[in-house]
This record gives sequence, C-alpha cells and structure tokens, in this order.
Amino acid sequence: MKPETPQIPWSESIYEVFRKVDIRQVAYVPDAGHTRLIQRCHADTGMNTVVLTSEQEGVAMLAGAWLGGERGALLMQSSGVGNCINLLGTIIECRFPLLTLVTMRGEWGEFNPWQLPMGQGTPRVLEQAGVVVQHVDRAEDVAETVFAAAQMTFSACRPVAVLIGQRVVGFKDWSK
Amino acid sequence: MSNAATLDRREVLAAILKERGDALLVTGLGSSCFDAGVHDHPHTFYLWGGMGAAAMVGLGLALAQPRRRVLVVTGDGEMLMGLGSLSTIGARRPPNLSIIVMDNEQYSETGMQATHTQQGVDLAQIAKACNFALAQTVRTEDEVKACVPRLYDTAGPAFVAMKISTKRYPMSIKMRDGVHIKNRFREALLGQKAFD
Repeated sequence: MKPETPQIPWSESIYEVFRKVDIRQVAYVPDAGHTRLIQRCHADTGMNTVVLTSEQEGVAMLAGAWLGGERGALLMQSSGVGNCINLLGTIIECRFPLLTLVTMRGEWGEFNPWQLPMGQGTPRVLEQAGVVVQHVDRAEDVAETVFAAAQMTFSACRPVAVLIGQRVVGFKDWSK
Repeated sequence: MSNAATLDRREVLAAILKERGDALLVTGLGSSCFDAGVHDHPHTFYLWGGMGAAAMVGLGLALAQPRRRVLVVTGDGEMLMGLGSLSTIGARRPPNLSIIVMDNEQYSETGMQATHTQQGVDLAQIAKACNFALAQTVRTEDEVKACVPRLYDTAGPAFVAMKISTKRYPMSIKMRDGVHIKNRFREALLGQKAFD
C-alpha cells in the first residue's frame, strides 16, 4: 500500500518554526504525515537531517547535539514512542532538552487495528516517562504549538512531545 | 570465563587518551565509564545508563562539532544493543567520529555472560558492511600503537574493536549526577554559550 503524501500546509509551517527556533539537527523515522517537513529539512543545508533505523537512536543523537551546542528535533509516528522509553530515562536524569513531534496513529478513524494499542497508549506512556505532552487537534494550531513546545524544551531543558492528532494528519477511508 | 585476548583495557584506553588533545569523548555505561574516570576530563561525557546510546550520542556531538574529533569508547554488549546505529552512522558518514569498542566478549557487569562476539559475531565486519571508512579489529600492543593515530586523523567514520582480556577493575569514578556531567561538558566546550 502506497502511503498518501499529504498536501497540507501544517507540515510546511513546522519547518518555518524550526528555522525560527534554530533547529540544526533533525532525526526521524519517516511517517507519511511528516513527508513534506522531512523534504524541506533535507533540502536545508543548515540542518543535519538524519534518517534512523529506530526512534531511540534519535533520542541519543539529540542528547549529543545538545552537548555540542545545537538544538534538534525528533520526528516519529506514535508507533515509535515505545522504542524510546529506556533512553528517555537518560534525558530525564541529565535534564537534556528533547523536542519530539509525534504524528498519531490509532487515534481517529484508524483502519489498522495493530496501530491502536501503541496509539492509544502514547500520551500515558510519555507522561509516565516524564515527558511533557501537548496535543494538537487542529491544523491551524500546529505551528503555534510546536513553537511553544520548542520554547519550553530549550529554555527549561525538558523533554516535550507534541502529539499531532490523527484528525490533523488525516486517515485512509477504508469503507470503499 | 576468560578469553584468549591479552590486551589490558585500561592500558589501551591510556594509550588512546594520551593523544586526545582537544578531542571530545563519550563513554558507554559500565566498565567503559569507569575506565575513562581514571582520566577524568571535562571534555568527557559519561553515560551511566542508556545502554545502546553511546554511538548515537557521538553522532549528534560529531555533527554539532565538525571541527573536533569525537571518540566513543564503549563495550561490546553496549554496542550490540545499538547495532542499528552503525548503519545510521555509516549512511551519514561523519568524518570526525571514531568508535572504539572494548570487546572482552562478556557482559562483565552482570556476571560475565558471553556476548555475541564470543559466538562468531564480528563487530568490525559489521561496521565495514555499514560503510565505515575504517573498520578493524586490534589484538596486540603493536597494533594498538599503530591504530591510535588513525583514531584521530582518519577521515571517518572509524570503528575499532579492541580485543581485551576479561580482567576487571574497580569503579574509578564517583561523579554520577547526569545534570552535573552534562553541564560541566557544555561549559568546558561552549563557554558562556552553554547558558544561552
């Protein structure tokens, strides 16, 4: 099944926020919802944009980025959140900033039942791990929420996850 | 259980760090952290946890500090938990990153259970297949001597598995507070910018 490339401006608006808050490293496991953002980041020679084999690699990479004086962001789908849990302990212990943008699955109109357990558990799992969780459900609120989250992440040195709701990302109509 | 290797982990590390200059060091958890504590330096970031994270912390640091050499020193068990990161690093190819695995073929903190490297798995071959510019296994003191300069001047990424004996040493470092280790490192590296 070919992932649908969303043609929606909220993804573009995140890139503008990244520029504004001086994000220099972007680590990701791809998600269709982040397609345009990933393209824009790769095209920006001022950003190191790195594809990962597993989301936990990005948690470690952005800790290293901060040690070296750079800000980063980690992009993933909600199914990747579980892969990060143990390394979030290192983020909490060292009070590293960690800005994570999670596109949600298993949340709104999901057709694939295998996405539901991790998708439904995502906010609670992150909160239990000590991550500040901010949910956004309207496309027009995405940029402002990411900007606010970045402020909190890098000023307060805390992990903050912005969950971009499946209502924003869109879902496949499986009824046809 | 002992292995056939003769290299001493602390002697190998001393030979490497003698040449560190302004290089930055990230250690993996366990013995690698304790070994580095003998040569404590504000340009060392000690991981006391986060098993499997060391190589990727090194990547983020190497990308942020392209003019510095970044060394990662870790154990075989820690590296095996982060094998995916070798392919991520090999795909990105940072020229200033060198990964050194102190490979005693055992999980020495948990009762000396055999790791995969004792059972036919070759980490340097994995690094080579992952597109590392330099990937080798070192077994003798002469090879250590020849290898050390390459850790600092090779256009990387470089990967060296040091086949070390199973000799264990006491914990050498009491600095465990993560916030302190992080802030000390950033302040030493970035100066006043650490607080921006």
